[in-house]
Amino acid sequence: MAEKTEIDDVSGTQTTGHEWDGVKELDTPLPRWWLYIFYASILAAIVYWVLMPAWPLVNGYTKGVLGWSDRANVASDLSALRSARAADFARLERASYAEIAADADLREFARAAGESVFGDYCRTCHGAGGAGAPGYPVLADDVWIWGGTLADIERTIAYGIRSGHPSAHLSQMPAFGRDALLAPQQIGDVTEYVISISAARTRLAPNMGAARRGATTYQEQCALCHGPTGAGDRAQGAPSLDDDLWLYGGSRAEIRRQIELGRGGVMPAWESRFDPATRRALAVYVYEMGGGEPDPPPAPAEAPAATPMAAPQ
Amino acid sequence: MWKFHRWFERHSLILLIGILVVVSIGGLVQITPLFFIESTIERVQGVRPYTPLELAGRQIYIREGCYVCHSQMIRPLRDEVERYGHYSLAAESMYDHPFQWGSKRTGPDLARVGGRYSDEWHRAHLVDPRSVVPESVMPPYAFLEAKELDVSHMRAHLTANRLLRVPYTQAQLANANADARAQAEPTGDGAYDFEKRYPGLASRDYDGDPSRVTEMDALIAYLQMLGTEVDFSTYQAEDPANLR
Repeated sequence: MAEKTEIDDVSGTQTTGHEWDGVKELDTPLPRWWLYIFYASILAAIVYWVLMPAWPLVNGYTKGVLGWSDRANVASDLSALRSARAADFARLERASYAEIAADADLREFARAAGESVFGDYCRTCHGAGGAGAPGYPVLADDVWIWGGTLADIERTIAYGIRSGHPSAHLSQMPAFGRDALLAPQQIGDVTEYVISISAARTRLAPNMGAARRGATTYQEQCALCHGPTGAGDRAQGAPSLDDDLWLYGGSRAEIRRQIELGRGGVMPAWESRFDPATRRALAVYVYEMGGGEPDPPPAPAEAPAATPMAAPQ
Repeated sequence: MWKFHRWFERHSLILLIGILVVVSIGGLVQITPLFFIESTIERVQGVRPYTPLELAGRQIYIREGCYVCHSQMIRPLRDEVERYGHYSLAAESMYDHPFQWGSKRTGPDLARVGGRYSDEWHRAHLVDPRSVVPESVMPPYAFLEAKELDVSHMRAHLTANRLLRVPYTQAQLANANADARAQAEPTGDGAYDFEKRYPGLASRDYDGDPSRVTEMDALIAYLQMLGTEVDFSTYQAEDPANLR
């Protein structure tokens, strides 16, 4: 192979000196602009090593002059966010519902904060706007299983239902059919009785003969929790049966199925995910969806709700 | 200019060795320290190896390609922390072989999905995602509920994990197949022994069918423990030692 560099006649550029069967290669120099950008990027890398965390060492890494840290940044972002909201959150935490309702700004703040948390965490089960789904209670109506005052709602949010949290709401309806506590015939009779005492009686036309037989079984098996007239008992989370709102569906077959299976939903405890002020905001949002109930008459008794963490059980 | 390159250009073996040397320098400088630096993985309380049932669920997660649409990595950015919870720690993936950080979110991040929904919600959602999330584009996985969980390989899986330094005890290895079932059979014979071998955990029926242990049980068990191990009310994330 020839080792002779020469100047190419056409381009005026030097050749590499290689030659293969008369074919030569131009040794065109790199464009200056490209070369300088390349040198500049090497310099930029060195500057970066100095300023930013870059080199792993034996027992750590070079932290860089700027001391950049993603974790420190997110911590300061979050604390900036908290301090921007701190004044409103602090007021929210102290205020009773009456005070929140009277203060348009605070109310708007609570609703906005509650709405964003609800959209992320609650909507997947309770539906947009609290519309509910089979097994997941409607929040936009005025029927409450575990109570509908602001303090009740807050407590449910903090500890959940059958969530495993020591302060969670707990109750368990027996599976009368699956565990063979009642004969299928008796379950059918109780179903008719439940329909006959509910507002669904106009819709479903219960068999009154069966309902009369079911009444005895109802008083023995169901009345302790759901009440002798089907009014329900919030202390036990036993839904009222005298209206026409059903957690697991209101057809004859669905009511029967619930008596057979005794299903009870699980709501997670949110105490560890949300601070008390966020839970209060969420409670206000849920409260205002439609059916929040006023505080019980002696207003000062509401005081413990301001510190739900310390609420006596 | 330098003429060294002629020497490399004309001897393929020398070129090859040259490439190897250059690439090795990059690799050694970046990778070697990671084996020795104390701070690579922060020390946290609570991270534990997967139980056999969770490990089986994790394998179903991988088999069904859940990672294609779901990440398990909450980045230290304000909006992610606001939406999903505390950013993921390296320690939370230390028993993952391989980790499931993922790289695309068609669905939401799952790094802290544990405890966020009820078991029943997960069952309904996996059977028919649209029944609980109307706008979901997730495919249904109803067949998991019908498939009995095959636990016969769990011992081998635990052994393989132990080779990778996941600290399973001999008793946990020996009973892996039985424990995989026991965790989903709260009224079964093995539940007591399971709870003894995995302190702090309780056996429970995940899929609403106590009579069988299905792939649904395993997957829900896995999902329900994701991101729940570290107690962030005591972990000092903002401690200078934990910043990086």
